Amino acid sequence: MNKKEKHKMTAAEKREALWAWAFIAPTMLGLIILNFYPVINTVYQSFCKTGDFGKGNTFVGLANYATVLSASETWQSLLNTIKYAIIEVPFGVVIALVLAVFLNKKLIGTSVYRTIFFLPMVCAPAAVAMVWKWLYNQQFGLFNNLFHTNVAWISDPKIAWISIGVIGVWSVIGYNMVLFISGLQEIPGDYYEAASIDGATGIKQFFHITVPLLSPTTFFIVQTRLIGALTVFDLMFMVMDKTNIALQKTQSIVYLFYTYAFTNGNKGYGATLVMVLVVFIMVVTFIMQKAEGRFVYHN
Amino acid sequence: MDGIEARARLNKVIMYVILTIMAFIMIVPFAWMILTAVKTNQEAISVAPFYIFPQNGWHWENFAEVWRSYNFIVLYKNTLLMIFFRVVCAVLTATMAGYAFGRLNFPGKKIMFSLVLIQMMIPSQIFIIPQYLMVSSLNLLNTVAGLVFPGIVTAFGTYLLKTGYEGLPKDLEEAASIDGCNIGQRFLRILMPLTRSSMVSLGIFTALFAFKDLMWPMIVCTNAATTTLSAGLAKMQGQYGSDYPTMMASAVLAIIPMIVIYIIFQKQFVEGIATSGGKL
Repeated sequence: MNKKEKHKMTAAEKREALWAWAFIAPTMLGLIILNFYPVINTVYQSFCKTGDFGKGNTFVGLANYATVLSASETWQSLLNTIKYAIIEVPFGVVIALVLAVFLNKKLIGTSVYRTIFFLPMVCAPAAVAMVWKWLYNQQFGLFNNLFHTNVAWISDPKIAWISIGVIGVWSVIGYNMVLFISGLQEIPGDYYEAASIDGATGIKQFFHITVPLLSPTTFFIVQTRLIGALTVFDLMFMVMDKTNIALQKTQSIVYLFYTYAFTNGNKGYGATLVMVLVVFIMVVTFIMQKAEGRFVYHN
Repeated sequence: MDGIEARARLNKVIMYVILTIMAFIMIVPFAWMILTAVKTNQEAISVAPFYIFPQNGWHWENFAEVWRSYNFIVLYKNTLLMIFFRVVCAVLTATMAGYAFGRLNFPGKKIMFSLVLIQMMIPSQIFIIPQYLMVSSLNLLNTVAGLVFPGIVTAFGTYLLKTGYEGLPKDLEEAASIDGCNIGQRFLRILMPLTRSSMVSLGIFTALFAFKDLMWPMIVCTNAATTTLSAGLAKMQGQYGSDYPTMMASAVLAIIPMIVIYIIFQKQFVEGIATSGGKL
Protein backbone atom coordinates (compact mmCIF):
# COMPACT_ATOMS: atom_id res chain seq x y z
CA MET A 1 0.00 0.00 0.00
CA ASN A 2 1.38 3.40 -0.98
CA LYS A 3 0.32 5.74 1.74
CA LYS A 4 1.44 9.26 0.90
CA GLU A 5 0.05 12.27 2.68
CA LYS A 6 -2.46 14.24 0.60
CA HIS A 7 -1.87 11.89 -2.28
CA LYS A 8 -3.91 12.81 -5.32
CA MET A 9 -5.51 9.75 -6.83
CA THR A 10 -4.73 8.88 -10.41
CA ALA A 11 -7.54 7.87 -12.76
CA ALA A 12 -6.61 4.21 -12.39
CA GLU A 13 -6.63 4.44 -8.61
CA LYS A 14 -10.01 6.15 -8.69
CA ARG A 15 -11.39 3.40 -10.88
CA GLU A 16 -10.02 0.79 -8.52
CA ALA A 17 -11.57 2.55 -5.51
CA LEU A 18 -14.95 2.73 -7.24
CA TRP A 19 -14.90 -0.97 -8.04
CA ALA A 20 -13.88 -1.77 -4.49
CA TRP A 21 -16.62 0.35 -2.98
CA ALA A 22 -19.18 -1.29 -5.23
CA PHE A 23 -17.92 -4.72 -4.19
CA ILE A 24 -18.02 -4.08 -0.46
CA ALA A 25 -21.27 -2.07 -0.56
CA PRO A 26 -23.70 -5.00 -0.09
CA THR A 27 -21.74 -6.45 2.81
CA MET A 28 -21.14 -3.14 4.55
CA LEU A 29 -24.76 -2.02 4.15
CA GLY A 30 -25.91 -5.39 5.42
CA LEU A 31 -23.61 -5.28 8.42
CA ILE A 32 -24.75 -1.78 9.31
CA ILE A 33 -28.46 -2.59 9.03
CA LEU A 34 -28.39 -6.13 10.39
CA ASN A 35 -25.67 -5.86 13.02
CA PHE A 36 -24.48 -2.39 13.95
CA TYR A 37 -27.86 -0.73 14.12
CA PRO A 38 -29.16 -3.65 16.24
CA VAL A 39 -26.29 -3.21 18.71
CA ILE A 40 -27.26 0.43 19.26
CA ASN A 41 -30.93 -0.49 19.35
CA THR A 42 -30.37 -3.21 21.94
CA VAL A 43 -28.40 -0.82 24.12
CA TYR A 44 -31.26 1.68 23.82
CA GLN A 45 -33.92 -0.93 24.59
CA SER A 46 -32.07 -2.01 27.70
CA PHE A 47 -33.00 1.40 29.11
CA CYS A 48 -36.66 0.98 28.16
CA LYS A 49 -39.71 -0.71 29.52
CA THR A 50 -41.54 -2.63 26.82
CA GLY A 51 -45.25 -2.03 26.39
CA ASP A 52 -47.70 -4.61 25.09
CA PHE A 53 -46.85 -6.35 21.78
CA GLY A 54 -43.30 -5.02 21.98
CA LYS A 55 -44.55 -1.55 21.13
CA GLY A 56 -44.48 1.70 23.03
CA ASN A 57 -41.10 1.77 24.72
CA THR A 58 -40.89 4.11 27.68
CA PHE A 59 -37.51 5.26 28.86
CA VAL A 60 -36.86 4.00 32.38
CA GLY A 61 -33.16 4.72 32.75
CA LEU A 62 -31.29 2.14 34.74
CA ALA A 63 -34.38 0.46 36.15
CA ASN A 64 -33.91 -2.74 34.09
CA TYR A 65 -30.28 -2.94 35.12
CA ALA A 66 -31.23 -2.54 38.76
CA THR A 67 -33.73 -5.39 38.47
CA VAL A 68 -31.47 -7.66 36.40
CA LEU A 69 -28.43 -7.16 38.62
CA SER A 70 -30.36 -7.64 41.84
CA ALA A 71 -32.23 -10.74 40.62
CA SER A 72 -30.65 -13.89 41.99
CA GLU A 73 -31.72 -15.82 38.86
CA THR A 74 -29.39 -13.65 36.74
CA TRP A 75 -26.37 -14.56 38.82
CA GLN A 76 -27.53 -18.16 39.10
CA SER A 77 -27.83 -18.40 35.31
CA LEU A 78 -24.33 -16.97 34.87
CA LEU A 79 -23.05 -19.52 37.37
CA ASN A 80 -24.93 -22.29 35.52
CA THR A 81 -23.38 -21.15 32.25
CA ILE A 82 -19.89 -21.22 33.73
CA LYS A 83 -20.53 -24.68 35.18
CA TYR A 84 -21.65 -25.92 31.76
CA ALA A 85 -18.51 -24.48 30.18
CA ILE A 86 -16.31 -26.08 32.85
CA ILE A 87 -17.60 -29.47 31.72
CA GLU A 88 -17.87 -28.93 27.99
CA VAL A 89 -14.63 -27.12 27.22
CA PRO A 90 -11.95 -29.13 29.08
CA PHE A 91 -13.47 -32.55 28.45
CA GLY A 92 -14.39 -31.73 24.87
CA VAL A 93 -10.85 -30.51 24.19
CA VAL A 94 -8.87 -33.24 25.96
CA ILE A 95 -10.88 -36.17 24.58
CA ALA A 96 -10.76 -34.66 21.09
CA LEU A 97 -6.99 -34.17 21.34
CA VAL A 98 -6.39 -37.80 22.34
CA LEU A 99 -8.62 -39.05 19.51
CA ALA A 100 -6.92 -36.72 17.02
CA VAL A 101 -3.46 -37.96 18.01
CA PHE A 102 -4.60 -41.58 17.56
CA LEU A 103 -6.25 -40.89 14.22
CA ASN A 104 -3.14 -39.08 13.01
CA LYS A 105 -1.10 -42.29 13.42
CA LYS A 106 -2.19 -43.68 10.04
CA LEU A 107 -3.91 -46.70 11.55
CA ILE A 108 -6.21 -48.81 9.38
CA GLY A 109 -9.81 -47.67 9.53
CA THR A 110 -9.15 -44.10 10.66
CA SER A 111 -11.59 -42.68 8.13
CA VAL A 112 -14.43 -44.78 9.58
CA TYR A 113 -13.66 -43.59 13.10
CA ARG A 114 -13.37 -39.99 11.93
CA THR A 115 -16.73 -40.20 10.17
CA ILE A 116 -18.38 -41.52 13.32
CA PHE A 117 -16.84 -38.96 15.67
CA PHE A 118 -17.81 -36.09 13.41
CA LEU A 119 -21.40 -37.28 12.99
CA PRO A 120 -22.92 -35.17 15.82
CA MET A 121 -21.57 -32.02 14.14
CA VAL A 122 -23.91 -32.43 11.18
CA CYS A 123 -26.98 -33.13 13.34
CA ALA A 124 -29.45 -30.52 14.46
CA PRO A 125 -28.91 -29.97 18.21
CA ALA A 126 -32.68 -30.08 18.60
CA ALA A 127 -32.71 -33.72 17.46
CA VAL A 128 -29.62 -34.60 19.47
CA ALA A 129 -31.12 -33.11 22.62
CA MET A 130 -34.37 -34.98 22.07
CA VAL A 131 -32.70 -38.37 21.99
CA TRP A 132 -30.52 -37.57 25.00
CA LYS A 133 -33.55 -36.48 26.94
CA TRP A 134 -35.08 -39.84 26.12
CA LEU A 135 -31.89 -41.70 27.10
CA TYR A 136 -31.92 -39.82 30.43
CA ASN A 137 -35.62 -40.50 31.07
CA GLN A 138 -35.85 -41.58 34.69
CA GLN A 139 -38.58 -44.18 34.26
CA PHE A 140 -38.22 -45.53 30.71
CA GLY A 141 -34.77 -44.34 29.67
CA LEU A 142 -31.98 -46.58 28.42
CA PHE A 143 -29.42 -45.54 31.06
CA ASN A 144 -31.47 -46.27 34.16
CA ASN A 145 -32.83 -49.53 32.75
CA LEU A 146 -29.48 -50.75 31.49
CA PHE A 147 -27.56 -49.96 34.66
CA HIS A 148 -30.50 -50.74 37.00
CA THR A 149 -30.29 -47.31 38.55
CA ASN A 150 -32.98 -44.79 39.35
CA VAL A 151 -31.15 -41.52 38.80
CA ALA A 152 -33.07 -38.35 37.96
CA TRP A 153 -30.44 -37.39 35.38
CA ILE A 154 -32.01 -34.15 34.27
CA SER A 155 -34.38 -33.23 37.08
CA ASP A 156 -32.05 -33.54 40.07
CA PRO A 157 -30.51 -30.07 40.44
CA LYS A 158 -27.31 -31.60 41.79
CA ILE A 159 -26.53 -33.60 38.66
CA ALA A 160 -28.63 -32.10 35.86
CA TRP A 161 -25.88 -29.62 34.94
CA ILE A 162 -23.43 -32.49 34.54
CA SER A 163 -25.88 -34.47 32.38
CA ILE A 164 -26.31 -31.48 30.10
CA GLY A 165 -22.55 -30.93 30.01
CA VAL A 166 -22.14 -34.54 28.85
CA ILE A 167 -24.44 -33.88 25.89
CA GLY A 168 -22.33 -30.83 25.08
CA VAL A 169 -19.09 -32.83 25.20
CA TRP A 170 -20.57 -35.58 23.02
CA SER A 171 -21.68 -32.94 20.50
CA VAL A 172 -18.38 -31.05 20.11
CA ILE A 173 -15.76 -33.80 20.24
CA GLY A 174 -15.83 -34.34 16.48
CA TYR A 175 -15.52 -30.66 15.67
CA ASN A 176 -12.57 -30.15 18.03
CA MET A 177 -10.99 -33.34 16.73
CA VAL A 178 -11.11 -32.22 13.10
CA LEU A 179 -9.41 -28.94 14.02
CA PHE A 180 -6.77 -30.79 16.04
CA ILE A 181 -6.07 -33.19 13.17
CA SER A 182 -5.43 -30.32 10.77
CA GLY A 183 -3.19 -28.71 13.39
CA LEU A 184 -1.28 -31.97 13.88
CA GLN A 185 -0.66 -32.31 10.18
CA GLU A 186 1.21 -29.02 10.21
CA ILE A 187 3.80 -30.29 12.69
CA PRO A 188 6.85 -31.35 10.64
CA GLY A 189 7.52 -35.08 10.86
CA ASP A 190 11.27 -34.64 11.40
CA TYR A 191 10.64 -33.38 14.94
CA TYR A 192 9.33 -36.82 15.81
CA GLU A 193 12.08 -38.61 13.90
CA ALA A 194 14.73 -36.67 15.78
CA ALA A 195 12.98 -37.45 19.06
CA SER A 196 12.79 -41.16 18.22
CA ILE A 197 16.52 -41.26 17.54
CA ASP A 198 17.07 -39.64 20.93
CA GLY A 199 14.96 -42.45 22.39
CA ALA A 200 11.85 -40.42 23.32
CA THR A 201 8.79 -42.64 23.56
CA GLY A 202 5.24 -41.91 22.43
CA ILE A 203 4.07 -40.29 25.63
CA LYS A 204 7.23 -38.22 25.99
CA GLN A 205 6.89 -37.09 22.36
CA PHE A 206 3.30 -36.14 23.04
CA PHE A 207 4.16 -33.85 25.93
CA HIS A 208 7.40 -32.42 24.56
CA ILE A 209 6.59 -32.03 20.87
CA THR A 210 2.86 -32.34 20.19
CA VAL A 211 1.51 -30.27 23.08
CA PRO A 212 3.79 -27.22 22.66
CA LEU A 213 3.71 -27.20 18.85
CA LEU A 214 -0.05 -27.66 18.81
CA SER A 215 -0.67 -24.90 21.36
CA PRO A 216 -1.83 -22.26 18.81
CA THR A 217 -4.50 -24.72 17.58
CA THR A 218 -5.42 -25.65 21.14
CA PHE A 219 -5.74 -22.03 22.11
CA PHE A 220 -7.95 -21.30 19.11
CA ILE A 221 -10.22 -24.26 19.92
CA VAL A 222 -10.46 -23.39 23.61
CA GLN A 223 -11.32 -19.80 22.79
CA THR A 224 -13.98 -20.68 20.19
CA ARG A 225 -15.51 -23.40 22.34
CA LEU A 226 -15.51 -21.23 25.43
CA ILE A 227 -17.53 -18.53 23.66
CA GLY A 228 -19.79 -21.24 22.23
CA ALA A 229 -20.31 -22.81 25.66
CA LEU A 230 -21.02 -19.48 27.33
CA THR A 231 -23.81 -18.83 24.82
CA VAL A 232 -25.30 -22.35 25.02
CA PHE A 233 -29.02 -22.46 24.33
CA ASP A 234 -30.31 -25.24 22.05
CA LEU A 235 -29.45 -28.22 24.26
CA MET A 236 -30.79 -26.57 27.39
CA PHE A 237 -33.97 -25.43 25.73
CA MET A 238 -34.75 -28.87 24.31
CA VAL A 239 -33.77 -30.90 27.37
CA MET A 240 -35.03 -28.69 30.19
CA ASP A 241 -38.80 -28.23 30.20
CA LYS A 242 -40.29 -25.13 31.77
CA THR A 243 -41.69 -27.42 34.50
CA ASN A 244 -38.38 -29.14 35.25
CA ILE A 245 -37.53 -28.57 38.91
CA ALA A 246 -33.82 -28.40 38.09
CA LEU A 247 -34.35 -25.59 35.57
CA GLN A 248 -33.30 -22.81 37.96
CA LYS A 249 -30.04 -24.58 38.68
CA THR A 250 -29.19 -25.35 35.05
CA GLN A 251 -30.56 -22.69 32.72
CA SER A 252 -27.95 -20.65 30.90
CA ILE A 253 -27.97 -16.87 30.55
CA VAL A 254 -29.10 -17.15 26.90
CA TYR A 255 -31.98 -19.41 27.93
CA LEU A 256 -33.00 -16.79 30.49
CA PHE A 257 -32.74 -14.11 27.81
CA TYR A 258 -34.92 -16.12 25.43
CA THR A 259 -37.54 -16.66 28.14
CA TYR A 260 -37.81 -12.96 28.96
CA ALA A 261 -37.47 -11.52 25.47
CA PHE A 262 -39.57 -13.98 23.50
CA THR A 263 -41.63 -16.24 25.75
CA ASN A 264 -42.69 -13.37 28.00
CA GLY A 265 -42.32 -10.68 25.33
CA ASN A 266 -40.41 -8.34 27.63
CA LYS A 267 -37.87 -7.01 25.11
CA GLY A 268 -36.46 -4.30 27.36
CA TYR A 269 -35.61 -6.74 30.13
CA GLY A 270 -34.30 -9.23 27.55
CA ALA A 271 -32.08 -6.53 26.04
CA THR A 272 -30.65 -5.83 29.50
CA LEU A 273 -29.86 -9.52 29.97
CA VAL A 274 -28.08 -9.48 26.59
CA MET A 275 -25.99 -6.55 27.77
CA VAL A 276 -24.96 -8.55 30.82
CA LEU A 277 -24.06 -11.45 28.54
CA VAL A 278 -22.03 -9.21 26.22
CA VAL A 279 -20.06 -7.66 29.08
CA PHE A 280 -19.45 -11.14 30.46
CA ILE A 281 -18.19 -12.44 27.08
CA MET A 282 -16.02 -9.35 26.58
CA VAL A 283 -14.37 -9.89 29.96
CA VAL A 284 -13.72 -13.56 29.15
CA THR A 285 -12.33 -12.66 25.71
CA PHE A 286 -10.07 -10.04 27.28
CA ILE A 287 -8.73 -12.53 29.82
CA MET A 288 -8.16 -15.07 27.04
CA GLN A 289 -6.18 -12.54 25.02
CA LYS A 290 -4.02 -11.78 28.05
CA ALA A 291 -3.52 -15.48 28.62
CA GLU A 292 -2.51 -16.22 25.04
CA GLY A 293 1.14 -15.19 25.44
CA ARG A 294 1.50 -17.38 28.47
CA PHE A 295 0.07 -20.61 27.08
CA VAL A 296 0.84 -20.48 23.39
CA TYR A 297 4.26 -21.61 22.28
CA HIS A 298 5.68 -19.68 19.33
CA ASN A 299 8.81 -20.97 17.67
CA MET B 1 14.31 -54.79 18.92
CA ASP B 2 11.70 -57.40 19.82
CA GLY B 3 10.73 -55.46 22.92
CA ILE B 4 10.18 -52.26 20.93
CA GLU B 5 8.06 -54.05 18.35
CA ALA B 6 5.96 -55.73 20.99
CA ARG B 7 5.44 -52.40 22.67
CA ALA B 8 4.45 -50.75 19.38
CA ARG B 9 1.93 -53.53 18.83
CA LEU B 10 0.55 -53.14 22.35
CA ASN B 11 0.23 -49.37 21.79
CA LYS B 12 -1.73 -50.04 18.64
CA VAL B 13 -4.09 -52.40 20.43
CA ILE B 14 -4.66 -49.84 23.20
CA MET B 15 -5.39 -47.14 20.63
CA TYR B 16 -7.88 -49.33 18.80
CA VAL B 17 -9.62 -50.25 22.05
CA ILE B 18 -10.00 -46.59 23.08
CA LEU B 19 -11.11 -45.54 19.60
CA THR B 20 -13.67 -48.34 19.46
CA ILE B 21 -15.10 -47.56 22.89
CA MET B 22 -15.43 -43.90 21.94
CA ALA B 23 -17.01 -44.79 18.61
CA PHE B 24 -19.50 -46.99 20.45
CA ILE B 25 -20.39 -44.13 22.81
CA MET B 26 -20.87 -41.82 19.84
CA ILE B 27 -23.13 -44.34 18.11
CA VAL B 28 -25.39 -45.22 21.07
CA PRO B 29 -27.70 -42.17 20.84
CA PHE B 30 -28.16 -42.69 17.09
CA ALA B 31 -28.84 -46.38 17.53
CA TRP B 32 -31.32 -45.70 20.33
CA MET B 33 -33.04 -43.12 18.18
CA ILE B 34 -33.63 -45.66 15.44
CA LEU B 35 -34.44 -48.58 17.77
CA THR B 36 -37.08 -46.51 19.53
CA ALA B 37 -38.49 -45.16 16.29
CA VAL B 38 -39.36 -48.65 15.05
CA LYS B 39 -41.01 -49.82 18.28
CA THR B 40 -44.60 -49.52 19.33
CA ASN B 41 -45.16 -47.09 22.17
CA GLN B 42 -45.93 -49.99 24.54
CA GLU B 43 -42.55 -51.54 23.76
CA ALA B 44 -40.80 -48.20 24.11
CA ILE B 45 -42.14 -47.58 27.62
CA SER B 46 -41.96 -51.15 28.85
CA VAL B 47 -39.54 -51.49 31.77
CA ALA B 48 -40.16 -55.02 33.07
CA PRO B 49 -39.05 -56.54 30.82
CA PHE B 50 -36.97 -53.78 29.21
CA TYR B 51 -36.58 -54.15 25.47
CA ILE B 52 -33.52 -53.07 23.56
CA PHE B 53 -34.86 -54.37 20.25
CA PRO B 54 -38.46 -54.27 19.07
CA GLN B 55 -40.26 -57.51 19.88
CA ASN B 56 -42.99 -57.76 17.24
CA GLY B 57 -41.15 -56.78 14.11
CA TRP B 58 -39.52 -53.49 13.18
CA HIS B 59 -42.24 -50.93 12.53
CA TRP B 60 -40.63 -48.98 9.70
CA GLU B 61 -44.10 -47.72 8.83
CA ASN B 62 -43.77 -45.39 11.87
CA PHE B 63 -41.62 -43.16 9.67
CA ALA B 64 -44.24 -42.96 6.94
CA GLU B 65 -46.88 -42.16 9.52
CA VAL B 66 -44.82 -39.38 11.11
CA TRP B 67 -43.93 -38.06 7.66
CA ARG B 68 -47.62 -37.72 6.81
CA SER B 69 -49.08 -36.57 10.08
CA TYR B 70 -46.50 -33.87 10.86
CA ASN B 71 -46.24 -32.44 7.39
CA PHE B 72 -42.55 -33.14 7.10
CA ILE B 73 -42.51 -32.25 3.42
CA VAL B 74 -43.22 -28.64 4.38
CA LEU B 75 -40.48 -28.61 7.01
CA TYR B 76 -38.02 -30.02 4.48
CA LYS B 77 -39.06 -27.43 1.91
CA ASN B 78 -38.71 -24.51 4.33
CA THR B 79 -35.35 -25.71 5.59
CA LEU B 80 -34.06 -26.30 2.09
CA LEU B 81 -35.17 -22.87 0.85
CA MET B 82 -33.66 -21.15 3.87
CA ILE B 83 -30.35 -22.95 3.38
CA PHE B 84 -30.34 -22.29 -0.36
CA PHE B 85 -30.90 -18.55 -0.10
CA ARG B 86 -28.54 -18.13 2.84
CA VAL B 87 -25.75 -19.96 1.02
CA VAL B 88 -26.28 -18.00 -2.21
CA CYS B 89 -26.41 -14.64 -0.40
CA ALA B 90 -23.46 -15.38 1.87
CA VAL B 91 -21.17 -16.70 -0.86
CA LEU B 92 -22.11 -13.92 -3.28
CA THR B 93 -21.69 -10.96 -0.94
CA ALA B 94 -18.65 -12.39 0.86
CA THR B 95 -16.82 -13.27 -2.32
CA MET B 96 -17.26 -9.73 -3.67
CA ALA B 97 -16.25 -8.06 -0.41
CA GLY B 98 -13.47 -10.57 0.14
CA TYR B 99 -12.01 -9.74 -3.27
CA ALA B 100 -12.09 -6.00 -2.59
CA PHE B 101 -10.51 -6.35 0.84
CA GLY B 102 -7.97 -8.91 -0.32
CA ARG B 103 -6.81 -7.48 -3.64
CA LEU B 104 -7.83 -3.84 -4.14
CA ASN B 105 -6.68 -0.57 -2.62
CA PHE B 106 -9.24 2.05 -1.72
CA PRO B 107 -9.73 4.82 0.83
CA GLY B 108 -11.54 3.65 3.95
CA LYS B 109 -10.36 0.06 3.59
CA LYS B 110 -8.91 -0.20 7.08
CA ILE B 111 -11.98 1.24 8.81
CA MET B 112 -14.38 -0.92 6.80
CA PHE B 113 -12.43 -4.07 7.49
CA SER B 114 -12.19 -3.30 11.17
CA LEU B 115 -16.01 -3.16 11.18
CA VAL B 116 -16.00 -6.68 9.75
CA LEU B 117 -13.65 -7.86 12.49
CA ILE B 118 -15.67 -6.13 15.21
CA GLN B 119 -18.86 -7.85 14.05
CA MET B 120 -17.12 -11.22 14.39
CA MET B 121 -16.25 -10.50 18.01
CA ILE B 122 -19.72 -9.45 19.16
CA PRO B 123 -21.95 -12.22 20.52
CA SER B 124 -24.78 -12.63 18.01
CA GLN B 125 -27.47 -12.62 20.73
CA ILE B 126 -27.21 -8.83 20.84
CA PHE B 127 -28.61 -8.60 17.28
CA ILE B 128 -31.66 -10.78 17.80
CA ILE B 129 -34.29 -8.51 19.36
CA PRO B 130 -33.88 -5.67 16.82
CA GLN B 131 -33.62 -8.16 13.94
CA TYR B 132 -36.87 -9.70 15.09
CA LEU B 133 -38.52 -6.28 15.30
CA MET B 134 -37.33 -5.46 11.77
CA VAL B 135 -38.65 -8.73 10.36
CA SER B 136 -41.89 -8.14 12.19
CA SER B 137 -42.33 -4.57 10.89
CA LEU B 138 -41.49 -5.72 7.34
CA ASN B 139 -44.32 -8.26 7.67
CA LEU B 140 -41.90 -11.10 7.09
CA LEU B 141 -42.81 -13.22 10.10
CA ASN B 142 -43.60 -16.79 9.07
CA THR B 143 -41.92 -16.44 5.66
CA VAL B 144 -38.77 -17.88 4.09
CA ALA B 145 -37.48 -14.31 3.67
CA GLY B 146 -37.77 -13.89 7.43
CA LEU B 147 -35.76 -17.07 7.97
CA VAL B 148 -33.03 -15.89 5.58
CA PHE B 149 -32.95 -12.28 6.89
CA PRO B 150 -30.02 -12.27 9.36
CA GLY B 151 -27.89 -14.34 6.99
CA ILE B 152 -27.95 -12.08 3.93
CA VAL B 153 -24.41 -10.89 4.61
CA THR B 154 -21.62 -12.47 6.60
CA ALA B 155 -18.67 -10.86 8.32
CA PHE B 156 -17.10 -14.23 8.99
CA GLY B 157 -17.44 -15.20 5.31
CA THR B 158 -15.95 -11.89 4.21
CA TYR B 159 -12.96 -12.55 6.45
CA LEU B 160 -12.65 -16.11 5.15
CA LEU B 161 -12.78 -15.06 1.49
CA LYS B 162 -10.40 -12.14 2.06
CA THR B 163 -7.86 -14.64 3.38
CA GLY B 164 -8.51 -16.80 0.33
CA TYR B 165 -7.90 -13.92 -2.10
CA GLU B 166 -4.78 -12.77 -0.25
CA GLY B 167 -3.34 -16.24 -0.63
CA LEU B 168 -3.37 -16.06 -4.44
CA PRO B 169 -0.10 -15.17 -6.24
CA LYS B 170 0.53 -11.44 -6.70
CA ASP B 171 1.33 -11.44 -10.43
CA LEU B 172 -2.08 -12.79 -11.51
CA GLU B 173 -3.54 -9.32 -11.85
CA GLU B 174 -0.55 -7.85 -13.67
CA ALA B 175 -0.79 -10.47 -16.39
CA ALA B 176 -4.53 -9.84 -16.65
CA SER B 177 -4.26 -6.06 -16.83
CA ILE B 178 -1.72 -6.40 -19.64
CA ASP B 179 -4.35 -8.43 -21.46
CA GLY B 180 -6.68 -5.46 -21.07
CA CYS B 181 -9.09 -6.89 -18.52
CA ASN B 182 -10.80 -4.38 -16.24
CA ILE B 183 -11.16 -5.04 -12.53
CA GLY B 184 -14.53 -6.72 -12.85
CA GLN B 185 -13.32 -9.07 -15.58
CA ARG B 186 -10.18 -9.91 -13.61
CA PHE B 187 -12.35 -10.83 -10.67
CA LEU B 188 -14.85 -12.94 -12.57
CA ARG B 189 -12.56 -14.71 -15.02
CA ILE B 190 -9.28 -15.12 -13.22
CA LEU B 191 -9.36 -14.69 -9.46
CA MET B 192 -12.80 -15.92 -8.42
CA PRO B 193 -12.45 -19.39 -9.95
CA LEU B 194 -9.23 -19.85 -7.95
CA THR B 195 -10.98 -19.33 -4.61
CA ARG B 196 -13.41 -22.18 -5.17
CA SER B 197 -12.29 -24.08 -2.08
CA SER B 198 -12.87 -21.05 0.15
CA MET B 199 -16.31 -20.59 -1.40
CA VAL B 200 -17.15 -24.26 -0.82
CA SER B 201 -15.97 -23.98 2.81
CA LEU B 202 -18.17 -20.96 3.37
CA GLY B 203 -21.12 -22.64 1.65
CA ILE B 204 -20.85 -25.75 3.82
CA PHE B 205 -20.39 -23.70 6.96
CA THR B 206 -23.40 -21.51 6.14
CA ALA B 207 -25.59 -24.50 5.31
CA LEU B 208 -24.68 -26.33 8.51
CA PHE B 209 -25.14 -23.25 10.64
CA ALA B 210 -28.57 -22.54 9.14
CA PHE B 211 -29.63 -26.18 9.44
CA LYS B 212 -28.65 -26.37 13.12
CA ASP B 213 -29.97 -23.00 14.21
CA LEU B 214 -32.90 -23.23 16.59
CA MET B 215 -33.57 -19.86 18.19
CA TRP B 216 -34.08 -17.72 15.09
CA PRO B 217 -36.63 -19.99 13.34
CA MET B 218 -38.46 -20.46 16.65
CA ILE B 219 -38.77 -16.69 16.99
CA VAL B 220 -39.74 -15.68 13.47
CA CYS B 221 -41.68 -18.75 12.34
CA THR B 222 -44.08 -19.72 15.07
CA ASN B 223 -46.45 -21.39 12.64
CA ALA B 224 -45.86 -25.14 12.11
CA ALA B 225 -46.36 -24.75 8.34
CA THR B 226 -43.67 -22.09 7.92
CA THR B 227 -40.92 -23.24 10.22
CA THR B 228 -37.75 -25.33 9.80
CA LEU B 229 -36.87 -28.87 10.86
CA SER B 230 -35.10 -27.77 14.06
CA ALA B 231 -37.85 -25.50 15.26
CA GLY B 232 -40.46 -28.01 14.08
CA LEU B 233 -38.94 -30.64 16.36
CA ALA B 234 -39.11 -28.25 19.30
CA LYS B 235 -42.77 -27.71 18.55
CA MET B 236 -43.49 -31.43 18.28
CA GLN B 237 -41.69 -32.16 21.53
CA GLY B 238 -43.84 -29.60 23.26
CA GLN B 239 -47.03 -31.17 21.94
CA TYR B 240 -46.41 -34.92 21.69
CA GLY B 241 -43.44 -35.38 24.03
CA SER B 242 -44.59 -38.67 25.55
CA ASP B 243 -45.13 -40.56 22.30
CA TYR B 244 -41.52 -41.70 22.16
CA PRO B 245 -41.47 -43.69 18.89
CA THR B 246 -43.08 -40.73 17.12
CA MET B 247 -40.58 -38.29 18.64
CA MET B 248 -37.60 -40.46 17.70
CA ALA B 249 -38.91 -41.07 14.18
CA SER B 250 -39.23 -37.28 13.77
CA ALA B 251 -35.69 -36.77 15.05
CA VAL B 252 -34.36 -39.33 12.57
CA LEU B 253 -36.26 -37.72 9.70
CA ALA B 254 -34.87 -34.31 10.69
CA ILE B 255 -31.21 -35.34 10.71
CA ILE B 256 -31.09 -37.93 7.92
CA PRO B 257 -30.75 -35.55 4.92
CA MET B 258 -27.71 -33.78 6.36
CA ILE B 259 -26.11 -37.08 7.37
CA VAL B 260 -26.51 -38.44 3.84
CA ILE B 261 -25.04 -35.24 2.36
CA TYR B 262 -22.20 -35.39 4.88
CA ILE B 263 -21.33 -38.99 4.05
CA ILE B 264 -21.28 -38.22 0.31
CA PHE B 265 -19.27 -35.00 0.58
CA GLN B 266 -17.26 -35.97 3.63
CA LYS B 267 -13.93 -34.66 2.37
CA GLN B 268 -15.37 -31.22 1.63
CA PHE B 269 -17.17 -31.10 4.99
CA VAL B 270 -14.12 -31.96 7.03
CA GLU B 271 -11.84 -29.67 5.03
CA GLY B 272 -14.41 -26.91 5.07
CA ILE B 273 -14.69 -26.99 8.85
CA ALA B 274 -10.96 -27.41 9.36
CA THR B 275 -10.00 -24.50 7.10
CA SER B 276 -12.79 -22.12 8.03
CA GLY B 277 -12.56 -22.87 11.75
CA GLY B 278 -15.83 -21.05 12.18
CA LYS B 279 -17.77 -21.34 15.39
CA LEU B 280 -20.70 -23.64 14.85
